[in-house]
This record gives sequence, structure tokens and C-alpha cells, in this order.
Amino acid sequence: MKNIRNFSIIAHIDHGKSTLADRMIQYCGVVEDRNFKNQILDNMDIERERGITIKSQAITLPYRSRDGKDYILNLIDTPGHVDFSYEVSRSLASCEGVLLLIDAAQGVQAQTVANLYMAMEHDLEIIPVINKIDLPSADVDKVMEQIDSELGLDPYASLPCSAKEGTGVEEILEAIVHRIPPPKGDPEAELATTIFDAHYDPFRGTIIHCRVFEGTIRTGDIIRLMHDETTHRVEEVGSFLLPRQKKASLSAGDVGYIIAGIKTVSDVQIGDTITLDKRPRKEPLPGFRESKPVVFASIYPIASDDYEELAMSLEKYKLNDASFVYQKDSSIALGQGFRCGFLGLLHLEIVQERLEREYNLSIILSVPSVRYRFTLNDGEVLYIDNPAYYPDPMSIATSEEPYIRAAMMFPERYMGAVMKLCKEKRGENSALSYPSPGRIELVIEMPLADVIYDFYDGLKSITQGYGSFDYDIIDYRQSSLVLLDILVNGDRVDALSQIVYRGSARERGLRACERLKEEIPRQMFKIAIQGAVGGEIISRTTISAYRKDVTAKCYGGDITRKRKLLEKQKKGKKRMKMVGSVAIPQSAFIAILKSDNT
Amino acid sequence: MIPGIYVHIPFCLSKCAYCDFYSVTSTKKIPHFIESILKEMEMYRGIFNRFDTLYLGGGTPSLLDSAQLAEIIDGIRKCFPLSSDTEITIEVNPGDLNRKAAESLFETGINRISIGVQSFDEHILSFLGRRHSSIDAISAIEDVQNAGFGNIGLDLIYGVPGQDLESWMNTLRKALSFRPEHLSCYQLTLEPSTPLGRKYKAGEIDPPDEDLLYEFFIKTSELLEASGYTHYEVSNFARDPEFMSRHNRKYWDHTPYLGLGPAAHSFSGNRRWWNHRCVDRYIEEVNKKMPPIEKSEILTLKQLRLEALYLGLRTKMGINLQDFSERYSFDLLDKKNVVLGRLREEGLITILDNHIYPTRRGLAISDSLSLI
Repeated sequence: MKNIRNFSIIAHIDHGKSTLADRMIQYCGVVEDRNFKNQILDNMDIERERGITIKSQAITLPYRSRDGKDYILNLIDTPGHVDFSYEVSRSLASCEGVLLLIDAAQGVQAQTVANLYMAMEHDLEIIPVINKIDLPSADVDKVMEQIDSELGLDPYASLPCSAKEGTGVEEILEAIVHRIPPPKGDPEAELATTIFDAHYDPFRGTIIHCRVFEGTIRTGDIIRLMHDETTHRVEEVGSFLLPRQKKASLSAGDVGYIIAGIKTVSDVQIGDTITLDKRPRKEPLPGFRESKPVVFASIYPIASDDYEELAMSLEKYKLNDASFVYQKDSSIALGQGFRCGFLGLLHLEIVQERLEREYNLSIILSVPSVRYRFTLNDGEVLYIDNPAYYPDPMSIATSEEPYIRAAMMFPERYMGAVMKLCKEKRGENSALSYPSPGRIELVIEMPLADVIYDFYDGLKSITQGYGSFDYDIIDYRQSSLVLLDILVNGDRVDALSQIVYRGSARERGLRACERLKEEIPRQMFKIAIQGAVGGEIISRTTISAYRKDVTAKCYGGDITRKRKLLEKQKKGKKRMKMVGSVAIPQSAFIAILKSDNT
Repeated sequence: MIPGIYVHIPFCLSKCAYCDFYSVTSTKKIPHFIESILKEMEMYRGIFNRFDTLYLGGGTPSLLDSAQLAEIIDGIRKCFPLSSDTEITIEVNPGDLNRKAAESLFETGINRISIGVQSFDEHILSFLGRRHSSIDAISAIEDVQNAGFGNIGLDLIYGVPGQDLESWMNTLRKALSFRPEHLSCYQLTLEPSTPLGRKYKAGEIDPPDEDLLYEFFIKTSELLEASGYTHYEVSNFARDPEFMSRHNRKYWDHTPYLGLGPAAHSFSGNRRWWNHRCVDRYIEEVNKKMPPIEKSEILTLKQLRLEALYLGLRTKMGINLQDFSERYSFDLLDKKNVVLGRLREEGLITILDNHIYPTRRGLAISDSLSLI
């Protein structure tokens, strides 16, 4: 155990986390150079493109230190978005230390701070690493000053590196060995293993990613998942070398995987504790939280013939994403589809993108919603996350919406702008603290519905990237709600309806009309778009029709060329949903809630 | 449905700034080209029973002298059975004509002339990179009229960056003063591969906006129809139905045509093929006794249907529904009932006697109409 080191790399977006991981992997010789692919841990296209990590990944790096001893370094990569903050917390809980990566040119950024606090919460050893020192604009002295003043860490403990050029990587590996403490734990104790991730393998079923804190787990053991109270027989355990390497057992301190004949990843929960069935531990490890969807939207195939294929694809997709939930649904405007639950808006966008890319589907998502609670006059309580099921307004006794407690951290100078944003989002009960000079922590309660959409983006924009944000759902609170309908050429499009706070209905109706005007391309007819609450039109806009759209010359040589162009346009039109005679593009359904600044 | 023949003569003294038709600016190869085109037509001897149009397009066909043109026309007559009333059209550049040349052209049997006037405004001519003046155009028109041609068409361009409606209407009125049998009024298309297209992409020129282009289109149609011309295709007007271009109409109703020369396109009813867009390659292949075809495509029924729809909707004659359903196995009225109804309500089409006719406003958006 004394030569194991479990660590994570945390960084603001684009500060070079994946590149540093790549270099460490190469340095340790885990992957032959000819097989090497950049951003090896970000193995989804979306992750590479967006520059964010969506799923946690773990990799085991064998390293011979300058002291001549061999070490096992387990790198646990973490997702980088507030939608996945729970997953991050479980990954960090599985480590003893972190590399806190800071861009030498950009310096300390919001996420740097947010991540630092999260690492501190878990009592981790923090090694600041100043990356990109090769850049002409690098200012290492300034970053060191920030490490001291803004992070409260010892700047002389930081390590300079250029992950791109591979300089400083060995010093970082040495620091991991010598500064991060080895894991503690008793291999003979009752088994206590935390699940920090799971992925689906078509041949082996669910592969649990875990960290053993106490005890030992061996092939053939019967394990118990403490929260779900299910038992499974261990088929294989091993470590995250590349490729995976089977081992006889995993003991206290180890990071590795377990294969136990579990069919889907939905059968295990991140953060759950694994113990042995015959010698169980009394209490699970702390920190478990059930992962619950907070944002809901319906998915429809653009061509109704594709419904079966969508159903099959969702089933397959679900195998690998436990936090995604879905059930059948139908819409008058959009036909047969599925109602789905997501961890947040980024999660929703990722699911949409992956369905389109990996399953080659053309889909439409309805306007996302949170889950509201209605108490009817007869005392019945309804949870509604789909505006299509909005109860008859006359039958509603009370309506309530979910509230969150948001924690934000940002430099003091942005206080006014952030407070203004929070007030716009109906924030209340705010509390301020000053964790370090010049830096504010604001805790405030806000309705989730106002936060899911563009709050995070808005915060980032007004704080110029220095604002960090995290939230917990706290409770339901009474709220005056109405159903906002959207009419396109007089026809109500149910998939565009939203449940909104009465006080913001007019403004939301206007915004929806404006967004749709931007998203719906001009067509042959004038298109009237209206927002309505309870039959009363509260906003309207029109998209004027094409006036001139014809090729001037069309003779022998132009005909094939023009036909190909039209075929392409027709194909593009197929990716839009026909509602009556109006073609509505996919993007319109999501864009409807976005505000001006995003 | 009698087929037509097109001959592409790919030579120009200079390239106009907007044109993306295939041509080269060296005239050295003209003799070789004529030899090759005579060989190419031999390859297609017997392809169709009869032809009733021949169109000499370019490039600048008027760069060839009348003897060279006669050689081509005679070759065609030897290889293909032409109807006695065959429409034989040539495109000419105003700068290349004088009274004598016009008379020689007339003697070759050419009976229709399309003159590339483009504009009577000198600024616009120079912007477009034309090598003639408006005076040249006027004398060319007079020369061909005096030479005895009874079917003269003028090609004009509108929607040129910087051109206002007034300048365009002046050109149009000037053109009308000659009472030509035919007028083609093309909105300038900024093709990416042309000098103007590149300037547009670089943001150096600013074409009129859609509303103004619509004005150009409607005002043109109104003025010409008021002057007795039929607006029979998006960009084409005839003083009398008999002057509607018989050749060009074949392109719009899927009548077969044979295209000879570099980059020329041919169509057989369900197959389309086109020649190499390169004079040298064309000559080389023909000399190897190979058809100089670059590529061909067999059109699926669905593709034919889309073409028939968009081509038909470009013309005043519109779409004969029964004919459409027989040729393309698709009952438009039944399958597109709702949208056709809306288009009719909006005044974009009329449906009458089993025909769909685009209205004037419909013609202006006929590309979108075809996407129903």
C-alpha cells in the first residue's frame, strides 16, 4: 500500500488537463507511442471537441521513481461541469491528492478556485502545477503570486511545466510520489469500497470503477451493494492499466475495477459502498447521494418512421448512462416519443449529441422543464415535469416549484452584477462570506427553473469566467405558475409549451417569440408566432416569407447542379419537424429559453 | 418531344467578371476544336430520329467566322436529321458584329440570334468586365435586324452591385425600343468561382438585398408584360409565343438533347452526361476515338420528379398534373394537397384545368416552391 498513490488532476477548462494526462501516460510507457492518440482519457468525440471531460476515467500508471522504487499511480480523471459535480465529488473522495493545474498565461480562474475548495473539502494534498510555461505570454511570477494571494497555497510548492512540450513531467511524477500520502486502510478489515463510476462493456456487462478503502475483494467473493441491497458474485477484479489487467484481488488503497455479472450501469449507483455479503460492514462510506434527474424533456424522432429505432437506441444508450431516465410519451405536434430526465442542461445536450452521432438519429427535443408539484382542490398531489400534463388551472389549489441553494464564488468586484443576475432569477435569502480577501462566497436560494437554462452561462459571462457555481436542490416552494403556450400560425405546438412563473410569463413569451424568429428559417409563407397564457395572446412576432428565391439561369449544364442543391436542401428540411406547414428546426426547441447574453 | 442539339464553343477574347461558363481566352485551338467537334458528332450519328433545334452557345460563338460556323452546321446536317423548320440559334458578342458579319451569319442558315447586350449603362458594362460598349450593342442590334434576322433576343443582367432600379429600367426601356422578339433578363448570380464571386466573399462588393431584387424582378415582369411580352420563364420573355426559345424550353420539360463540345451536357430521358471541361482533354479524347465524357448519371424516378417539379415551376406553363403523374408516378394534387392549397391562398400558384401555374410572385421564389 505504501507505494500506491491515488490522485486526480483538476483545472479550469482549457488549462491543459488532458494534455498533461497524455504526457504522464506516455512518460510511464503505458501506451506504445504508435498507438497513442491525443486526449487519451477523453475517448468520446464530444469530449475532445468541447474540451470537457464528461465521464470519469481512471488509469493506472506504473512508475519507477528516482529513489529506485516502483510505484503505482492511479490517476482518476473527473468531469468538468456543474451537472456532474456529484460524480466529481465521488472521484475526489477516492484520492489522497490532486494536481491543481493553472495556465501560466491565464492564471487562476473560477474553476481553479472551485476545484480547490472541493479538494480541500476532501482533505486532499494539493500540488499546484503551472502549465503552459512555454507560451510567450506565460507569466509564472504572477501566477505564483495568485497562488499565494488567491488560493492561499505556498507558491514555492508549485511546479512549472509545459504539458505540450513534455517539460516538467518527471518532477510532477516525483511530487506525486513524495508529496501525496499513500492510502491508509486495513486489508483485513470489513470490505468498504466506493463506486466512483461505472461503464458498460458489451461483453462483460457493467464494469465498476472503484476505490477500496478497507478490506480486500477477491474473484469469487459475493459482494453486496449497500444502498441497493443487491448481491453479486465477483467474476473479475483488476487495475486500470492499458489494457485492463486482471488481478487476484483488490485491497485497501487500490483503485481498480470489478466485474460481477451486473447487466446495466443503472444497476449500480455512483457513490454506493460495496461490502462483502458474508462479512458486511455496518455503515456505508459517507457521501452517498441518489442521482436524480432535475431537467426533463421529450425526445421525438424527426421522421415518425424512426420511432422504433429511437426506442432501441435509447435502450442501448441507457446501458452506459445511469443518470439518464426515460419513458414513453407522445405529443400532438410531434407524435410518438419519450420523456427523459437529465442531470442538467449540459447532460441533456450531451445525450442529444450522442444519440445523433453514435446512433445516427435525427431527433427533436421539447422545451426542457423542471418537475413542478401541484396540489389539487381534492387534495391530490401531482408531480408534473411535462407541460402537456399541466392540470386544469381551476382545479389547482397550490402550485410549487423546486428551489436550489446555489453557492457561488467570485471576485468582489463582480458583486453588483452577480446580485443583479440572482435577483432577476428570483434569488432570495442570500448570505455572503469572504473566504479570502477580495473574494466573495454567495449562498442564495433560487428556483431551479430559472437556473437550469442560462444561469451558469450568464454567471460566467458577467464574471468574465471568474465565477464558480454549484448547487443543491433543497425543497419545493409555493409559486404562482402558468402555462405558456406557443402558437405557430395559430396552431398550438405542445412541445414548445412551458410552465413558467406568472410574473415572468410576459417576458418569457416575448423571449420565446424572438428566439423562434431567429431559429426558424424563412419559408414560402409568412409565419406568425404567438405566446399565449390561458388563451390570451401575450406576445407575437412574424417571420416574413421569402420574396426572391430562384436561380436566374437554368440550362443544360445547370440542371444537375441545381438538383443536387435542392436535394441537399430537402435533406436539411427533413431534419426539421413539420408542424402544420411550418418547418421547425431542432435548435428552436432548446433555444426558446436562452436569453440574450448566451 | 423532338430533341435538340447544343454545341459549346469555349472561346472568349476575355473572361467576364461574373461568368462561370467554361471557356478559354486563347483562340489558337479553334481549328483543332472544329476538327474534334466534327468527329464527336460522328460518334452520335443515329442517336435520335430527328432534331428541331440547334443552339450554338459559349463561350463566344461569334469569335468563329461564318465559314467555321458553316462547317459546324453542315457537319450537324450530315450527321443528324434536322427538321426543315429547325431553330438555329447563335449567341453573339456585340463587339464582334458588323453589317457584313451579320449578313454572312444569316447565310449559314442561322435564324435566331441572341445578343449579349447585358446593359446599356457603361458603368455596369465595365463593372461586369464586358469588352464592348453600349454603342457597340446598339449597332449590333441594328446590323442583325438589317441583315434580315427575324428572331432576335437580347440578354440583359440586373441586380448588379451599385445598380439602382432606375438604371435598370433605363436599360430595359432602351432594349424595348428595338422591339426584340425575345428578352432574357437575368439577375446577376455571384458564382463563387468567378472574380465577382471572390470579391463578394471578401466583402468587397455589396449586392442588392432581397427586397430590392424582388422589386427588380417584379418591375421587369410588369413592364415587359405591359409591353406585350410573355413572361414565359423566370428570366425569359417573348414578344409572341412563337418567339419563345424552342431550344431552351427542352431543358425545362425533360426533352432529350445532345450536347457537343467541352463541358456540354446531354440528356436522353433518364440519363445525363457531360463532357470534359477542358479543351485539350476534349480534343485528346476525341482523337482517341473516345466519347469525351467526363461523367454521367442515371436519374432515379425521384430525381426526375424533383427536376420536373423545379424546372416546371420555372415556367409560365407550369406543371401539367396528369402528365406529371404519368411520367413521374406521383399525384401532386393528392400528395401535396395541403401545401398546394396554401400556396394558392397566398397567391403563389394557380391551379386550373389540371395544371399548376406559378404566378409572377410564385416565379420569384420558384426554387422554394419546388421544395414542397
